[in-house]
Amino acid sequence: MKVTIDNITIDVEPGTTIMNAARQIGPHIAPPAMCYYEPLKASGGKCRGCLVKVTAGSEKDPRPMPKLVPSCITQVQDGMIVENTINEQVLETRKGIVELLLLNHPLDCPVCDQAGECHLQDFSFEHGVSKTRTVEERNTFEPVDLGPYIKLNMNRCILCYRCVYTADQITDGRVHGVMHRGDHAEISTYIEKAIDNDFSGNVIDVCPVGALTDKTYRFKSRVWFSKPEDASCNCGKCSGKVTLWYRGDEVIRVTARKNEWGEVKEFICNTCRFERKKTSDWTLEGPTKIARNSVISANKYGANTIKPAFPLKQAAQQYKQINDDRDRSFLEPQKQLN
Amino acid sequence: MICEIKYNMKILTEHIDVQGIETIDVFRKHGGYAAVEKALKKMTPDEVTEEVKKSGIRGRGGAGFPMGMKWSFLAKPEGVPRYLVCNADESEPGTFKDHYLMMKSPHTLIEGMIVSSYALGANTSYIYIRGELMYVATILEKAIQEARDKGFLGKNILGSGYDLDLHVQLGGGAYICGEETALLESLEGKRGNPRNKPPFPAVKGGLWQCPTVVNNVESIATTAWIVNNGGDEYAKIGIGRSTGTKLISASGHIRKPGVYEIPLGITVEDFIYADEWCGGIRDGHKLKAVVAGGSSVPILPAELILKTTNGENRLMTYESLSDGGFATGTMLGSGGFVVMDETTCIVHNTLTFGRFYHHESCGQCSPCREGTGWMDKVLYRIEHGQGRQEDIDLLVDVAKKIEGNTICPLGDAAAWPVAAAIRHFRDEFEWHINHNLKIC
Repeated sequence: MKVTIDNITIDVEPGTTIMNAARQIGPHIAPPAMCYYEPLKASGGKCRGCLVKVTAGSEKDPRPMPKLVPSCITQVQDGMIVENTINEQVLETRKGIVELLLLNHPLDCPVCDQAGECHLQDFSFEHGVSKTRTVEERNTFEPVDLGPYIKLNMNRCILCYRCVYTADQITDGRVHGVMHRGDHAEISTYIEKAIDNDFSGNVIDVCPVGALTDKTYRFKSRVWFSKPEDASCNCGKCSGKVTLWYRGDEVIRVTARKNEWGEVKEFICNTCRFERKKTSDWTLEGPTKIARNSVISANKYGANTIKPAFPLKQAAQQYKQINDDRDRSFLEPQKQLN
Repeated sequence: MICEIKYNMKILTEHIDVQGIETIDVFRKHGGYAAVEKALKKMTPDEVTEEVKKSGIRGRGGAGFPMGMKWSFLAKPEGVPRYLVCNADESEPGTFKDHYLMMKSPHTLIEGMIVSSYALGANTSYIYIRGELMYVATILEKAIQEARDKGFLGKNILGSGYDLDLHVQLGGGAYICGEETALLESLEGKRGNPRNKPPFPAVKGGLWQCPTVVNNVESIATTAWIVNNGGDEYAKIGIGRSTGTKLISASGHIRKPGVYEIPLGITVEDFIYADEWCGGIRDGHKLKAVVAGGSSVPILPAELILKTTNGENRLMTYESLSDGGFATGTMLGSGGFVVMDETTCIVHNTLTFGRFYHHESCGQCSPCREGTGWMDKVLYRIEHGQGRQEDIDLLVDVAKKIEGNTICPLGDAAAWPVAAAIRHFRDEFEWHINHNLKIC
């Protein structure tokens, strides 16, 4: 099946979604995904960050689709023409989605463990505006302990339902779900019962934001100070393929391996994640590949180094675009009365 | 004035005031269950569907999608059960017609359910009723028991070889469960979150992944009359593509609030001012605005609801009410006709609607979850004297960001009334902001 995305034509299998077709072309074309998670069935369609414009439905029926469609759950048709990054309406809508997602999301990135590998950070950096229009107070929740290893901070949750599907599909005896409605909806385990399962730790990896965090790693280090290495072990329960995050010689965190879209293909067990924190527990396989533009790769690996000038230049450019017209008169020194 | 309209034409509410109509004996005395006998004994399911198609009846739940066409989309694979689900989760502010019909005359609905299920080939059908209407569910269950005792439900109905089980299911009282896929989720025992479409319920995204038709109470109840009298006869009532009669729940500042069955095609002016319907605005006041089809549809000021921009009289039809698009028109929706006189504060009214949608958004997709909450908070500020001049444009922009970008139509329904209120009554919002009004 031939599908054209942003004027690039690609041949894909029938049944592929627009998102996956775009991912086959490359990261610069792929729409952002906050809720879609390929390994989890039924995920997607919720965050609306990946909305794209279909300007021609298919070769047989070349009418454009009236509304923007979620690319993660819309299957391609032969001869479909999709506009993602070149369509003004799509970009405008995405700006709105970022604004809405950040409406109740605390901007506590400086103290959030997810900062640096947060999908919402990336999404708002790429598609958002740096100006806020809201003066309303944010909804707040108390942090909740989900068992000995996982902390839930509902303030940061964007209700992507990824953890719900994870709990549903890879752990048995489902106790994890969503309570209440609307913007007061919250992720919850059944009457705050601990997720007592060998694979429960995976909800941390699938969380796009810092809502579910690893209690054995909380506040230990910023993610860009640690260095990821691929490692494996002979684990009876899972594949044993993990990423170790080093600071100096110390393993400060173990996660499952994520691909370039931030998705875990092989989930790992809690023993690997929380208990095996010594290098001697593992067979090292070499440094993990990190995308050039990721903050994690900054100043680490010789060949793959980002030239310091590049991110600085980028940051300077972004900074100039910040349209900050808040009232700052109170900062100015008071004029002396003559 | 259109002469061929039969003003006293009543289909669903003809015998509704008869003493004891909720019992099967009285109901049968007034011609009840004749449609079941006619359909099951003399007609094939396809013939029933054909009659419904001919009648041109459009879905009475709000969207106005032709019912016959919806039925014809139903996939009929071998060996897979099909379901008919009646959507009695009527919770739109301003709409209370189904409640009235089911409470007064439950057999009207059950008769329609049997005929419709027969036409669709469904052997199990459900009436999904909202949780707050528990006493109506009791009435329905009693009526179903009566029908079962008389042999209109169960195995081999009237010796035709057709089996039908009818169940009443109470919801948990969520507005979102009136959306058809959320209703199906809820019916399956899950959290009432709307599903992503496609797949559509009529194909394989229905109840337990089986082909399913979801229809409104009023639409289903009408099929009995259509079977009795023929689709052509039904199509004679009304104008153009708006055929038949419609239950309108009229409320607000009118002399005679209540549920009225009107033939589609009467003028809005007649409906508001004629004695047989609303009876005019309450004494000493005059019409200011009307929400014509339940809280989700755009509000219209008096001059636009009575006349279209072309200067024609606006009629109670799907087409005439939506004449002029959203700029100067509205929708017939589910028939929740809320009339407001000049004492009404539109800002307060919009806040009430905004708060409702904020409370009822399921929280699944981000534009609706966050946007409805945002609009509610901004409206609250404006209403309570803390509005800023830029808030008005902010509201319009947020409404635009929600509209069309959500999984289900609740997002649109939340955005339209706010956008329309600002479109037509911007001066009132400005007045609120400029005067720092604490309480209207």
